[in-house]
Amino acid sequence: MDILPILSTLKRHKIASGLIILQIALTCAIVCNALFLISERIATINAPTYMPDDELVVVGVSGMKRVENPEPQTASDLAALRAIPGVKSVTIANQMPFGENSNNTGVRLTADQNSPGAVGAAQYTLAEDWLKTFGLRLQSGRDFSPEEYVYGSVVDPQEDPVVPAIILSATLAQRLFPNESALGKSVWVYGKQPQRVVGVLEQLPESYPQPGSEPRFGLVLPIRPSYRGGYYMLRTEPGQRDAVLKAAVAALDAGSQGIKRVVRYKKLVSDMRSDYYRQDRSMVWLLGGVCLGLLVVTAFGIVGLASFWVQQRTRMIGTRRALGATRGQILRYFQTENFMLSTAGIVLGMAAAYGISVMLMKNYELPRLPIYYLPVGAVILWALGQLAVWAPARRAALLPPVAALRS
Amino acid sequence: MLGYYLELGFRSLKSSRGLTVLMLLSIAMGVAACMTTLTVYHVLSGDPIPGKSDKLFNVQLDPRPNRDVEPDGEPDFQMTRFDSEALLREKRGVHQVMMTGASIAVDPAGSGKADMAAFFSRARYTSADFFPMFEPPFQFGNAWNAQEDEGKARVAVISRELNDKLFDGADSRGKTLRLRDKDFTIIGVLKDWRPAPHYFDLTQGAYSNAADIYLPFQTSQELKFGRSGNMNCWGSSPGGDGLALAAPCSWLQYWVQLDTPEQAKAYLEYLNQYSAQQKQAGRYERPPNARIRPVMEWLALQKAVPSDIRLQVWLAFGFLLVCLTNAVGLLLAKCLRRSGEIGVRRALGARQSSIFMQFLVEAGSLGFAGGVLGLVLTLGGLWIVRSNASPYAALAQLDWAMFGTTFLLAVAASLVAGLLPAWRACQVTPALQLKVQ
Repeated sequence: MDILPILSTLKRHKIASGLIILQIALTCAIVCNALFLISERIATINAPTYMPDDELVVVGVSGMKRVENPEPQTASDLAALRAIPGVKSVTIANQMPFGENSNNTGVRLTADQNSPGAVGAAQYTLAEDWLKTFGLRLQSGRDFSPEEYVYGSVVDPQEDPVVPAIILSATLAQRLFPNESALGKSVWVYGKQPQRVVGVLEQLPESYPQPGSEPRFGLVLPIRPSYRGGYYMLRTEPGQRDAVLKAAVAALDAGSQGIKRVVRYKKLVSDMRSDYYRQDRSMVWLLGGVCLGLLVVTAFGIVGLASFWVQQRTRMIGTRRALGATRGQILRYFQTENFMLSTAGIVLGMAAAYGISVMLMKNYELPRLPIYYLPVGAVILWALGQLAVWAPARRAALLPPVAALRS
Repeated sequence: MLGYYLELGFRSLKSSRGLTVLMLLSIAMGVAACMTTLTVYHVLSGDPIPGKSDKLFNVQLDPRPNRDVEPDGEPDFQMTRFDSEALLREKRGVHQVMMTGASIAVDPAGSGKADMAAFFSRARYTSADFFPMFEPPFQFGNAWNAQEDEGKARVAVISRELNDKLFDGADSRGKTLRLRDKDFTIIGVLKDWRPAPHYFDLTQGAYSNAADIYLPFQTSQELKFGRSGNMNCWGSSPGGDGLALAAPCSWLQYWVQLDTPEQAKAYLEYLNQYSAQQKQAGRYERPPNARIRPVMEWLALQKAVPSDIRLQVWLAFGFLLVCLTNAVGLLLAKCLRRSGEIGVRRALGARQSSIFMQFLVEAGSLGFAGGVLGLVLTLGGLWIVRSNASPYAALAQLDWAMFGTTFLLAVAASLVAGLLPAWRACQVTPALQLKVQ
């Protein structure tokens, strides 16, 4: 296929060709970046939580009256929840991933409260069975022993509380004690007395996860929260969580007789997670919609322009056909023309895609556009161009040779 | 002449229906995408209290310890109770307020609805100046004053919504509101009020609804009511209570009204003097580092508008640009196809300027139609935004300014798209075209 005649034709339609090239370039640039953003968001939404999300439900109650000793009530709540059929294990937590609040603290390696360089970490305070309920795994060490647990309502007001043990996330252990085992070491987190590290967790989910950013640090203290401010966390048999949630609310309501409490929080962890990533999900839909819109608009632009050109060149096509050109040759003429326009647009578009990516990196703290998105965008636009030009090109190829003489 | 051009335009648009529909859709979709995102952006980044936003200042002090200090670093974004109460006592601004958000249990039995289940409501514990400063509109009654504040009065102001729920919208002044197990007398009911963003306390979510219950701050603390929102502590609190007066914790929003730039300057000096005194007294460790920021500056600093929204606006403009390029290309193709017709008109004496006008009128009427269609699509787009359960969803309403902008944008966009084709059309040399025919 000789491209020189095509070039010389295009030269006579500089503005129209320029516009279609510009349009393809813009589409290519935006689609490349949008596809990248979509993949980033999808990765965020699907980031692992390290918990059995589909088996977890959370229930929180609040009292209408200030109760000074909430421990017996909390214990009887836990017993009632444990008795619900379909419940594997129950614990009570001060916070959980995707929840309402985030508890953080500073970890020090000296007793001096005023020493600089405390490491910030998410602070979980949890009761028995937390490891099983959250579905977490220890990398080394052991779980808390029963005598290590204390009550939050007891130690919080104390002048010199004693909390003997602590479990760290692997990231925090690595940060505090690089290249050595953290087990048995002392850290100062709660009160003036140190906590001894008894275990290291493979993963500890963050309260407000930010997938893609640096993993943050976390720790667990054996301080039992009470129903005042704590959340009951239930792990259920697979498929039973809806029934368990209903039964849990009923059990807590029944346990609130005479003391006026309100169940103010009841959720499936998978719903909490889905709510948490709602904005990301709607961005995926929006970006996808814009990509589709761009591709459709560009395709119609190509169809429109090609149809016009076919109409305009009826005489030329007729003449060529009369001189012996086959239908295939006419078809390929328009296809090649479109391929050349697309290529020019794609080359420009790649440069623009890179430019947009640099701008996004500066303003939105996004990573650089990976290079393989460029060929993906190119293939999409080439395919789109060929698809769009096919109908007008076929119409051109079907023109009878006499068309040249008739107009 | 305009009528004639319009007629010509309609004829030409009718003669190539496919192309016309393509151009219309192209312009309408581009405009709708832009208007939808712009409306959302406009609503979210708007001035929540126009006319006064430059007189209301957020106050920041830096009472944190010296460890981990950064020179010229940003002070804590909330205030301690000790500092708030000290500044409030000295009353150096036109108005000043200390406050915090909360979530509190309402017992409807106290209001005569014994069969209604207890529920949690969003509350705000605030000193009296909240009302003259942020100007929530009252339906019934009014707010408490500074004396009642200090006297720890058991009074409350409630929202229209809560009033509807508990009292079926009646004038509930003098009636009882039971919070936990404590009774309050209702002295005021607000009208519908939704400042967006929720600028005076961003820790509740930048686009959260305003509170349903307002209580005097000192009363809430005397009754040991819990609060909600962000709290930052840098040492252990007496008795483990972060809300105590001497607790080294920041958890309060403090705002001051200053009517002139001179007042603002003097107030900042006063804050730095206060900080210096605190340092002398040994309570502060860091050098004076006070800040006051008017509403819009505070919102920008706290990045109240989600960055996704700005990204969406850029994306929509990119889309509009592609749509416009598309429309220009199609219009151009259409005009060139009509060079024969233009040749005849020119040969019959039409001036270049009339040809130019004719094509602009055609493009303009296309833009008008595109605007109507774009408006319909914008309404559809906003409906989609609203059906999305984001906290600002309900705010996404098309207002008249945006309605007008949609039309202007569509007409301007199509005129821009029509300029090049019109210019090309009027360049046609009559003789050449006639010869070809």
